[in-house]
Amino acid sequence: MFPFCFEWMWDMSHMVFMGGLWYALTIIGLGMTYCIGKAFYDTFMDKGKEDHHH
Amino acid sequence: MDSALIPKGVKRCPTWQFALWIGAAGAVLLWGVIAMLLIWFKGLNQTNMNDSYGFALWIWADLAVIALGGGAFFTGFLRYIVGKDELKNIINYAVLIGFICYSSALLILAIDIGQPLRGWFIFWHANVHSMLTEVAFCLTCYFGVLTIEYVPLILENRQIDKVPFFHRLGHNMHEIMAVFAATGAFLSFFHQGSLGGVSGVLFGRPFAFREGIFIWPWTFFLFTWSAAACGPCFTILITKITEKITGKKLVKQNVIELLAKISGWMIGTYIIAKIIDTWYWAKVTAPAAGFNLMDFYSNNPFYGIWILILEIVICGVVPALILITEKGRKSSAMLMTAIILAVLGACVNRWVMVLQVMAVPVLTFENWAMYYPSWQEVATTILPVAYGVILISLSYRYLPVFPQEQELNPET
Repeated sequence: MFPFCFEWMWDMSHMVFMGGLWYALTIIGLGMTYCIGKAFYDTFMDKGKEDHHH
Repeated sequence: MDSALIPKGVKRCPTWQFALWIGAAGAVLLWGVIAMLLIWFKGLNQTNMNDSYGFALWIWADLAVIALGGGAFFTGFLRYIVGKDELKNIINYAVLIGFICYSSALLILAIDIGQPLRGWFIFWHANVHSMLTEVAFCLTCYFGVLTIEYVPLILENRQIDKVPFFHRLGHNMHEIMAVFAATGAFLSFFHQGSLGGVSGVLFGRPFAFREGIFIWPWTFFLFTWSAAACGPCFTILITKITEKITGKKLVKQNVIELLAKISGWMIGTYIIAKIIDTWYWAKVTAPAAGFNLMDFYSNNPFYGIWILILEIVICGVVPALILITEKGRKSSAMLMTAIILAVLGACVNRWVMVLQVMAVPVLTFENWAMYYPSWQEVATTILPVAYGVILISLSYRYLPVFPQEQELNPET
């Protein structure tokens, strides 16, 4: 999973597999960081009270 | 007692009635949990799996719920990427069903691996030459995406929504939901496909083996296609069952018909591809390995040619024809028949690609290996159904799952 795991190799299989995994995790992580960060910011700045979903 | 938690403008059954319902489902859940604990504490000797059946009832259930949970990614894809706006009225429920299906799949895997404490090995010490590793990665990531898609619905609960931070968080998540939906579609394409790929690459088992393109056998594409085709039918089926139990219309007919129409065309194109694949396999692939078609469907007590006809004609061609035609979609009985057949078709396909593969003799001195699951396997397979009933019931009672419910039930 990480380059410091003993079986790690810098070959195509590891790069494709683990690259795909980290790519997906990065998008999910950045997306959630943005949502939570903006929610904190808006709450403290008292913005976006009237926003409705759908 | 819990009226402060129930969404505004909708009616729900009394608390005692709800508690009875949850209690009944909870009893079934408890039965499954007892079996699960037996397996975890005593080991896989509690199952009827053996050298012939390393994959058995659980893996079939896993593949089936993952295929049927495909309604979430495909409906999300249609709603957020293609822009089918009408589907906003069913997307919450599709996500909830997907969440249940995928959490169930992960739970079954946690039971199936025998030593769940070592479950993390598949990530930490990943075998990068295995399609199942890719399945594990995508399945886990996609479950994360489904959780992200389900959380805003929880945050819309009347009481939770009053907390300013949660209100804004739910709003922000809605705003960028297309990003998550696209990620979910990407992950689903690969893990649905790789589950099919696992069968297709078994060159030692001519019943499953298929040719393909690059590293992907045709089963890779057929599995993704069938999940996108039959998943929405499962969403419609559960919606119809919910409407029957609650005695309410929850989603407008035009939304159901749109999803059914898209599903019909997907099943139609899938089944054409499946017929071509089966024909080529029967005429070229299997004979090249020394087998005739009927070798796979005779001399055993269960697997006759009926299962091929059931999967392709009755549960493939028939629902496709019904759902493609407007008359078929408009008739309530025909629509129900088609969606039940389509759901059954996906389950039969996964059964065949997991269990019949294991049953067929490969070497000349081998016999058909039949398999009967133990009660522990059955109980742990029914466990997710009880869990699903409970989660749907709680979500329906306390969350605004169906945006059109109030409009469709004005007397409430």
